[in-house]
Amino acid sequence: MLDHILSILIFFPALAAILGFAIQKDSIRSYGIAVGAIEFSLSLLLWFMFDSNASGMQFMEELPLVPVFGINYILGVDGISLFIIILSTFFTLIGIASLGEMKNIKYMIITLLFLQMTMTGVFAALDAIVFYVFWELSLVPMLYIIGAWGGPLRIYASIKFFLYTFTGSLVMLVGMLFMAYFYYQASGVWSFALLDWYRLILPENLQLWLFAAFFVGFAIKVPMFPFHTWLPYAHGQAPTIGSVMLAAILLKMGTYAFVRFSLPLFPDASVFYMMPIAVLAIIMIIYTAMVAYAQKDIKQVVAYSSVSHMGVIILGTFALNVEGISGSVFLMLGHGVVAGALFFLVGVIYDRRHTKMMSEFGGLATVMPRYATIFGIMMMASVGLPLTINFVGEFLSFLGFYQQSHILTLIAGSGIVVGAIYMLAAFKKVFFGEVTKEENKNLPDLNKKELIALVPLLIISIWLGVYPKPVLGPINNSVESIVQLMHDKAITSEAKSRIPNLMKDVKSAGNSEEGAN
Amino acid sequence: MLESVNVSLESLNLITLLPMLIPVIGALLILVIDMFKSGQDKSLYVMIAIIFLFMDFASLVDSAGAFSQDGTVMGVFNVMLIDGLAILSQFIIVGASIVFIPLSLTSKRFHEFSYPEFFALFLFMIAGFQFMVATDNLILIFVGLETASLALYTLIAMHNRDKSFEAAVKYFTMGALAAAFFSFGSMVFYALTGSVEINQIATVLAGNGYADIAYVLVAVTFMLASLGFKLSLVPFHTWAPDVYEGSSASMAGYMSIVPKIAGFIVAMRIFEFLIHSGVEWLEVVLYIFVVVTMTAANMWALVQTDVKRMLAYSSISHAGFVMAAILIGTTQSNSALFLYWVLFAFTNLGSFAMLWISRQKNIPWYQTSDHSYNKFAGMIKTSPIAAVIMALFMLSLAGVPPFALFWGKLYMISSAVNAGYNALALIMALNSAIAGYYYLKLIIYMFMKEPIVGADEQVFTNNSSLPLRSIIGFAAIGTVFAFILVNPLLEFITSFVYNSGY
Repeated sequence: MLDHILSILIFFPALAAILGFAIQKDSIRSYGIAVGAIEFSLSLLLWFMFDSNASGMQFMEELPLVPVFGINYILGVDGISLFIIILSTFFTLIGIASLGEMKNIKYMIITLLFLQMTMTGVFAALDAIVFYVFWELSLVPMLYIIGAWGGPLRIYASIKFFLYTFTGSLVMLVGMLFMAYFYYQASGVWSFALLDWYRLILPENLQLWLFAAFFVGFAIKVPMFPFHTWLPYAHGQAPTIGSVMLAAILLKMGTYAFVRFSLPLFPDASVFYMMPIAVLAIIMIIYTAMVAYAQKDIKQVVAYSSVSHMGVIILGTFALNVEGISGSVFLMLGHGVVAGALFFLVGVIYDRRHTKMMSEFGGLATVMPRYATIFGIMMMASVGLPLTINFVGEFLSFLGFYQQSHILTLIAGSGIVVGAIYMLAAFKKVFFGEVTKEENKNLPDLNKKELIALVPLLIISIWLGVYPKPVLGPINNSVESIVQLMHDKAITSEAKSRIPNLMKDVKSAGNSEEGAN
Repeated sequence: MLESVNVSLESLNLITLLPMLIPVIGALLILVIDMFKSGQDKSLYVMIAIIFLFMDFASLVDSAGAFSQDGTVMGVFNVMLIDGLAILSQFIIVGASIVFIPLSLTSKRFHEFSYPEFFALFLFMIAGFQFMVATDNLILIFVGLETASLALYTLIAMHNRDKSFEAAVKYFTMGALAAAFFSFGSMVFYALTGSVEINQIATVLAGNGYADIAYVLVAVTFMLASLGFKLSLVPFHTWAPDVYEGSSASMAGYMSIVPKIAGFIVAMRIFEFLIHSGVEWLEVVLYIFVVVTMTAANMWALVQTDVKRMLAYSSISHAGFVMAAILIGTTQSNSALFLYWVLFAFTNLGSFAMLWISRQKNIPWYQTSDHSYNKFAGMIKTSPIAAVIMALFMLSLAGVPPFALFWGKLYMISSAVNAGYNALALIMALNSAIAGYYYLKLIIYMFMKEPIVGADEQVFTNNSSLPLRSIIGFAAIGTVFAFILVNPLLEFITSFVYNSGY
């Protein structure tokens, strides 16, 4: 069974979802929690069985799908994807467990289980087409969640979300087909297998084009600065659970794909585009932080702050060295936990008051002390306070990029300060001062269901902030092998010098990583 | 004194005629039965038609076996040409017909199915299409085309609604024009080369090095216009939406599949040798046709308020997409054409069948037409299974993986990439994205809107019966599990296309 644990992880929730149609409406919540718990335990089992010292792919599975055309069902995890998979199963579990009362809760839970299938699929796929299948399929459950349970503009928001990402992915698909064609020309066989593609060294001008094609798909998903306009609508209209899944997991697909596809496939193009992308990422960090400061709606503040922090992830990824990439992968997890928690928290207050306007609140700290405490800690984690989860990731990302450009790193760092400003300002507006509105005086504090979702997130964000080693170790191992691969594949001298060679200075890289801890 | 013509029966190779003769015999049998005892139930005729179509299919399997052993077979004074293209396309024609004909077993009574002539004409039409694809003789193509088209006009008119007469007359007029163009084009080719056989024409033209290129272009223009009408390429598409709207949903679905594959085969036979011999003008014109057909039809589909008209424009767009295969003209692209069309047949028959079972006798107040979008509002609440299946077909048409049409698009775009048509590949991909919007629109109506108060909730399965539900289930399973089907299909198709020299 353990040989196929990844397939089980992918298809178990889908199968459970189909069976879920037969379950009576009132029992569906228990069913969903049970399925989510099994799925989460399976992913923990995966971690338990995972060999943290190995850097390559583990639990590989292979099954021919369209062998004539080189499409195979290939799965595998390494340190980079392992934790994102665990994060996704975890969020599905607590997401279902904390679902408030809503219409058609049965369909919601079934949809979440389908979404879980596509998420695990994306992170475990090692064949470009299989990856693409799950990548596209993940749009459908999300479309339904936003479109069926969202706010007044839900239909507009869901169409915008779908079409934006769909268009980007189709451009990416053309890029994949080109990649397969070049592989065919080089080797004489068709293959969409990622590990085969890793061995292919392309001339620089082709790399530049292909990088651009993949970039469109990934950048829209992240979403990066000029393509980010769909996200505030999606977040603004989506129900709490939709925003949580979107921010915690779905956006990570884009940044994960950068690490998995763009960097190792096109090392020279990555170096070529490093500065333009860094500039975009910095614009994203600072500009969206400023936009967040101007928002009146607390959910929009969280949404824009989430975009802003995705900029740091991109910056770390394009540092193209071990610290930066490890840091950005770790920040993906941290951002998932923190942004997910913040959306949960916004959902809590929305459930009580049915408004998200900050001006409607004020002085909540006295009315809802537990809520205020958790919100405060999570907000601090989001800003990147030391000893919280985001600090580790942000620090490593900046450390990595500092080696490439001092000045850009400093500018990006100033964005974090803006982040602190808007977060504290929002916190002040909502929680401090007098209780001005009559309706706010008797708001109930967090209930058991909400605590079930929030307390584990709180524990994780502090635990991994204090002691990131168990997670950072495996990530670091896998990132090292990617960076080494990039260095070996790079053909231009610029790229050779920008991407460190770990065979030579593997010790010093290890030291700096120690220092980061 | 004329010499007596001495032809041995064996050299005629009459076996090549067998697949076409079977439906003709079936049609005659239906007429004979009606002569002896008229007024019988439609189920009798449906089953007779299915039996003959299955025999037809079996004889095709037979000739497929012969083809993979001996290669291309000629017969009947070298008029019949049984190569891989002929066999593959006949598989699609007959296979789609087998799935289509039980759609007449509706629970409601429809005028046209009470006539046995409907089924006889249907079988004649299939024979016509089979003739059209299994020859490279322009005259026989013409005969096949006209046999099939005349039968089809009548089938549309038999639907017996105001709009169906309009549709039939429109289709007939346009078809007549196309036929005239076709015969004129053939005439010019004959004048140039002294032959009406495409391979002879190719040899002669290559022999004299395209000396009369101006006349060749005249002939090609007429051919292109004529086939453009049949394949509904923009700007020759104007009949298509009206004809789809006027005919019954099942007939419209049929028209989007079978006549077009026959047209594609003829286009492939005529145009590919011309493109390969460097008639650049044709390449440019085809390129424009492909891009304009794909894009413009998509734009029109965006603004439709009726699902059937939307599907009509979407079929035009898909036809443009597939026409790219003929432009590209590699073995891979030609295989992609067949793969695409098989998968498209599944999905499109399914979606039109879904419209067919929701057919109403009278149009209620909130609908402006038979299948306007708001008819489907809130369908998930009233008939969830039907809504999910319909959504499945829409996602497949939009090219969302892993559903059927995604694999066709994948292979088609890949063939464009491999042949160096980079811009075309990108245009094809972006058109799929545009198309995503109007398919999504129906999903939005079904899943995210509230049902209209006072709407008839039974309407979505109004017309359903066991055979119809089975066909839809069959199409749905084919759409979902296409990824299993793709590999064997691709191997089979590629070997057939490759062995017939395309």
